[in-house]
Order: sequence, then structure tokens, then C-alpha cells
Amino acid sequence: MARAAVLGRLTWQVGTVAAVRDETPTARTISLDVPQWPGHLAGQHVDVRLTAPDGYSAQRSYSIASAPGGTRVELTVQRLADGEVSPYLAQVLSVGDPVELRGPIGGWFVWDPDDTGPVLLAGGGSGVVPLMAMVRTRAATGSRAPFRLVYSARSDQTALYTSELAGLEHAGPGLEVTHVYTRTTPAGWPWPAGRATSDLLAAAGWPPEKMPSVFVCGPTGFVETVADLLVGAGHQPGKIKTERFGPSGGQ
Amino acid sequence: MAAVSPGFFGRRRAASEKLPPGQYLVTDFPVLSAGPTPRVDTGKWQFSLTTETGEAHRWDWAAFRALPADDITVDLHCVTKWSKLGTGWRGVSLDTLLADVATSAGYALVGSYGGYTTNLPLADLLDGKAWIAFGYDGDDLAPEHGGPARLLVPHLYLWKSAKWLQSIRLSDSDEPGFWETLGYHNYGDPWREQRYWGD
Repeated sequence: MARAAVLGRLTWQVGTVAAVRDETPTARTISLDVPQWPGHLAGQHVDVRLTAPDGYSAQRSYSIASAPGGTRVELTVQRLADGEVSPYLAQVLSVGDPVELRGPIGGWFVWDPDDTGPVLLAGGGSGVVPLMAMVRTRAATGSRAPFRLVYSARSDQTALYTSELAGLEHAGPGLEVTHVYTRTTPAGWPWPAGRATSDLLAAAGWPPEKMPSVFVCGPTGFVETVADLLVGAGHQPGKIKTERFGPSGGQ
Repeated sequence: MAAVSPGFFGRRRAASEKLPPGQYLVTDFPVLSAGPTPRVDTGKWQFSLTTETGEAHRWDWAAFRALPADDITVDLHCVTKWSKLGTGWRGVSLDTLLADVATSAGYALVGSYGGYTTNLPLADLLDGKAWIAFGYDGDDLAPEHGGPARLLVPHLYLWKSAKWLQSIRLSDSDEPGFWETLGYHNYGDPWREQRYWGD
């Protein structure tokens, strides 16, 4: 697809909720049918606009979780306790409801399936969502680019896409997934609970000499830590693309 | 015409008259950058300003910090929808830096340590509208927020306020920067909600 086709003027469109799927107790995936969807690249996001009966509206950005293809767009929304928009999307929104959105947005934090080089994905919390779009795109296109995903979550109860990632990992070579749990680990887990360390990134990622394309997404603290560790380990800063959200960053 | 979201009522927050359309208020200070945070040693820091004729003006950290500085209190609006009101900065006005620079250029291309760029009309850097900030909230500006020094152009979306400022190149022609070539609006006025191409 021509890149220009997904970077043109962005108008608001109305999608319809085709399905909702609980991922964890606090996160839900929303499948939208968007008849005029122009297509997207793995890693891009959309703006969602909610409008109250009196005309008050609120907008937030959400990463696209699904691989490109057709008019179906999936978003995975983590419900924020103090959120204005995410509780509605994660709890109230129902099949058949309209959702206004525009996108796709962002031409930087994207993986191109024509790129055959090694890829390191590092996701913290719901920062795994755009990385999942890349993993799914790799599978959907039959890409053989070697992927390694390091996914940091509080516990296995809050990790997204666990069974799908396990299935994709076992479906064929080229995808290796390493979970890091920051609060509690399952029994017998090889690493203690805590943040990703340089040793773990060295073991689960790629050596800098392989010149992997690196995508890091998550809360600011996670991204700062991981990006600094990777630069410290010798990865070229220009090969590391980041996407960050603060506590109220809306993702 | 906007489609009503069934069951959505929203949460009206205070100070909404200070919020541009589509923005919401935060009290923390989110960080958004396209790559790792560069660590720039002030001992090696240098800022250059180049005119359309190629005439270069340079400041090292000591020369830059010797310039008169302002305390600045401004509202910030990020294209990712958050706004933060009443933030306190310390910085050098671009009017000060440009006082002895002869130029009739119309545009500025701003460059950062780490390779980031952004463009804006020169007029948007003048007349008390823009600073090179080195302090935030009474302290040195932290690296993740653009330290040691960043551009501060609060009347435009925050991606125009380039972190880790290294250079400003003045030109007769407008050259789109990093986000401006990746789908984001060339000018970025939050009050006209100029987020993306065509807005």
C-alpha cells in the first residue's frame, strides 16, 4: 500500500462496534467496523471522540491492536481508574454502538513487513498493544523477520494476549516471547519480580551487532529505563523508536 | 455532525475555558519523544543560530546562561490531547538571542541533539512568544523533558517546542520537520485544533 494513502487528510468517521472481548479484568478489545477505513500500518494509532447528549465531547488516542486488512479495526483499551474515556470504552460501550474515530495517525512508530531484519519489541503494560499489531502483521503477511518480544506486566493476570502470543510462538520459528512480571510472578518463574534488567534484555533481545530495529512502548518510566539500557548496551539510538505515555497519557 | 455516544456523559473539569478544543487537563507532566533521551553535557553543549545568508551565531553554555533570563508561566498543549496549565519555566527569550542577528527570513527550522527537527514561521519565535528554556519548576530542566535546554513555544502544540535544542536555521523557505513530514500539521495551533495534515 502506498504510504501516502495512509497519511492523507484525516476526517472523522463513524465505526460500529462489531464485538467486544475481555482481555483481562481491566482491559477490553473493541472490534470496530469502519466502512471507509483507508488501511493502516502496524504500530499506528487512532483518535477516538466520544460525544455526550448535550454536545460535550472528549478525545483520546488509542493504539491499533489488529493487523491491517479490510475495514475491521481493533483497539485494546486499558481501563484507568481515574479515566474519563477508558471506563466508557472498557465497560459501557456495547455491540452495535457507534464510535467516532479518525486515523490512522503516526508514521514513525511503525514496522514495515517488507523489512526482513531482526526486530526487538519491548512493551510495558498496555504499551504492548501497538507491538501486538506488529506481531500479528508479521504472522498475517508470512514475514520471516525474526522477532523477539519482551513484555513487562504487573503479573500474569494483567498480561494481555497471553494465549495468542503462546500460539503464535509455537506456530513456527521466528517469534520469541519473554514475559517480565514486575509485581508477582507465577510459581517457578525464571526471573524474580521486577523491572527488565540489562541482563534480561541481553538474554531475551538481540546483540547490538545484529542491528535490530527496536520498538519500545509503555509508561514513561518503562520506556526511559529500557531505552537507556539498550543504548548503554551499544544499540544505536537511531535504531530505537519509542512511544511513551505518562500516567494520564490516555492509552 | 458528531455521533452521540450512548451512555457517555463525560466529566466536566475545572478551567475548561483555558482548554483548546479536544484537550483534557492533566496535573502530571507526560513525556513523549520519538527515541531514547539524549544525555547532553553542558560542557559540550553548543547552540547555533544560522541566518538565510549562512551567517552563524554560536553560544556555549556559559555564554547562553550569561544572557538575561525570564521567569515564564504558560499553559502547555500536547497534540496527544493533554494540556497542563500554569507551568513555570526559566529561559532566554528568542528576542534576546535574535537581537543582534540581521535577517529577513520568514521561516525557522529547529534542530535537536538526537536528530529531531521541527519548523515554524520566524514570527512565531519573536515578540515574547518563544524562549530557550533551561529551568522548570524551580529546578534544572530534566533530560526527559528536554534538558539541558529546549525550545518553548507555548502558543503552538508542544511538538514545536523541540527538546535538546541544538540549532535554529533561518530560511526564506519553509521546510517541514520530523512530525510535520509524518502526518502532523505544519503550523499546529491548538486553538484551531491543527493536529494533522488538512486540519
